[in-house]
Amino acid sequence: MSSRKKILGAIRELILEPKVLPDIPNFSSPGNLAERFTQSISSNKGEVMTKSDFKKWFSTSGFSKVISLSRHFPELRTLPLPEDPHDLETLEVAILDGQFGIAENGAIWLEDTQLGLRALPFATEHLVIVLDRNKLEDTLHQGYDKIAVAHSGFGLFLAGPSKTADIEQSLVIGAQGAKSLRVVLM
Amino acid sequence: MTHPENATEFLKDSQKSKWHDETLWFVRDKRDKVSKGIPEWEQLRELASGIKDYVLANLADYLEEFERNAIKNGIIVHWAADSEEHNRLVLEILQQQNCKAVVKSKSILTEECHLNPYLEKHGVEVVDTDLGERIVQFLNQPPSHIVLPAIHLKKREISELFHEKLHTEKGNEDPAYLTQAARIHLREKFFGAKVAITGVNFGIAETGEFVVCTNEGNADMGVHLAQVHIACMGIEKILPRRKDLGVFLRLLARSATGQPITNYNSHFRNPSPGKEIHIILVDNGRTAQLAREKFRNSLKCIRCGACMNTCPIYRRSGGFSYNSTVPGPIGSILSPGLDLKKHSSLPFASTLCGSCTDVCPVKINIHEQLYEWRQEVTKTHGEFAKGLSMKLANGIFKSPLAYKISGSMMRNALKSLPNSLIYHPLNIWGKNRNLPDPPKESFQQWYQKNRS
Repeated sequence: MSSRKKILGAIRELILEPKVLPDIPNFSSPGNLAERFTQSISSNKGEVMTKSDFKKWFSTSGFSKVISLSRHFPELRTLPLPEDPHDLETLEVAILDGQFGIAENGAIWLEDTQLGLRALPFATEHLVIVLDRNKLEDTLHQGYDKIAVAHSGFGLFLAGPSKTADIEQSLVIGAQGAKSLRVVLM
Repeated sequence: MTHPENATEFLKDSQKSKWHDETLWFVRDKRDKVSKGIPEWEQLRELASGIKDYVLANLADYLEEFERNAIKNGIIVHWAADSEEHNRLVLEILQQQNCKAVVKSKSILTEECHLNPYLEKHGVEVVDTDLGERIVQFLNQPPSHIVLPAIHLKKREISELFHEKLHTEKGNEDPAYLTQAARIHLREKFFGAKVAITGVNFGIAETGEFVVCTNEGNADMGVHLAQVHIACMGIEKILPRRKDLGVFLRLLARSATGQPITNYNSHFRNPSPGKEIHIILVDNGRTAQLAREKFRNSLKCIRCGACMNTCPIYRRSGGFSYNSTVPGPIGSILSPGLDLKKHSSLPFASTLCGSCTDVCPVKINIHEQLYEWRQEVTKTHGEFAKGLSMKLANGIFKSPLAYKISGSMMRNALKSLPNSLIYHPLNIWGKNRNLPDPPKESFQQWYQKNRS
């Protein structure tokens, strides 16, 4: 007998008390969405910036390897999106457009269409996500309502830079993935 | 070795065990603070518990729905009845790809199946890519905590280890410096690996996708660079609807480390063009646990580790004292189901204070199940020493005269008996426990003097 049959058969043999699948209420919390989002990103060790602050930071940082898929900053691109993600090894900055953000935890939803290559937001040294300030949702519940069951080959709630506290619980930013996250609220 | 024997070993380094205790309590405290910021926290726990209960009551249907949708998405689905089959399936995929080195992100299931030694025996190099897991892998140790794998180590030990393995400066204990060295080492592995293995936090039946959560981004670094992604998933990880993730992702990281969400929450629905995703659905004792009515709901666990951080025994005895892949309170109710003989001391590694149950985001009645497992353990092999004293006590409590006489005898005896007799090896209750000073008079005598 295949293991599939064996496992499903063993479960079906059991007489299990019927249960009811609970409905999820539409939880929400008060407060200014942009303020809460900004605070969440900063506690996740990212940084929310205005367009002009971002431009100032970018122009003084001297990066030469930049991929921008953002429709707001196409001119900042110095490299085309490669075909092979392995070519991202020395990428310094990736600039992407986020679909929407969640105020309660700073999570930003991205899908294949925004990412170009799935490895991009992880492999790059620094990550910039551009987000429309009118596209902020209250909690994850509203976020999942928004994406519903629409197809996303790869979807990602990204909330901050790569971080770890595995050495004596000391927080270090920049573990294996991006060393920083900047969110430009437009 | 039993839990008390292992715990004795851990407690020998009193400074380190004190640090361990305080650090985990600090994490527990962070969980408290962040959860209090969510007014609907208790409602979320109730919902999560209800959703998981519903899944377990309809598990076969949901597994089939998940499989059907995953296949529709172009994912290759395998089923493994036990750890051997799981390991064999992984090896077969690796062999098909002619892969000799694989990167793996945190997966408690693959630890449970002892995948690493199996693959290494067959000539495959396995690199654990979570920083804490890489550290313990270098030391040939298992993780001591399911969320904080290297919590039993101090930075001095990690500095010495990295000096040896990664040639970092001798004596440099700066966590940022050591993490950077690991980053360079691990990124080299990511960019070189053809196959990446991950665990699964949640599988969604209605969409056939699965979700993996990390803070380091190591799971994604691995799978998006590799040609083939193997996701190992326990059959209990299913959720019915995508929107259920709203409940579970709000609870998971807050319960685990006191952060509002993990920084990377990846939803895998179909492979990138030209690449492959495999899911291995693993039973390995889960259907047996499902059949045990009293212990069924231990399968609701989402592996947040909150019960470990809060447990007074875990904090003071360390993860290794449990000698079980999942340690702590939840491990002590899961592991006896896998091997009652080996794990017979675990249900006793608890004060039954109930703190684990109080913090569990899916409301597993952990301390009640610990108590139930104790009954199972004593049914199969009772403890002679404790059994004898219980029988003695039973006789004494039955007769008021015997109670009166033995009380005054004990008060006098404890004063005059040498410690070697009171803490005799046969008295297992005397181990690591000190008797209080015996009172001068009995309660009855005190009452007659003061209240009558």
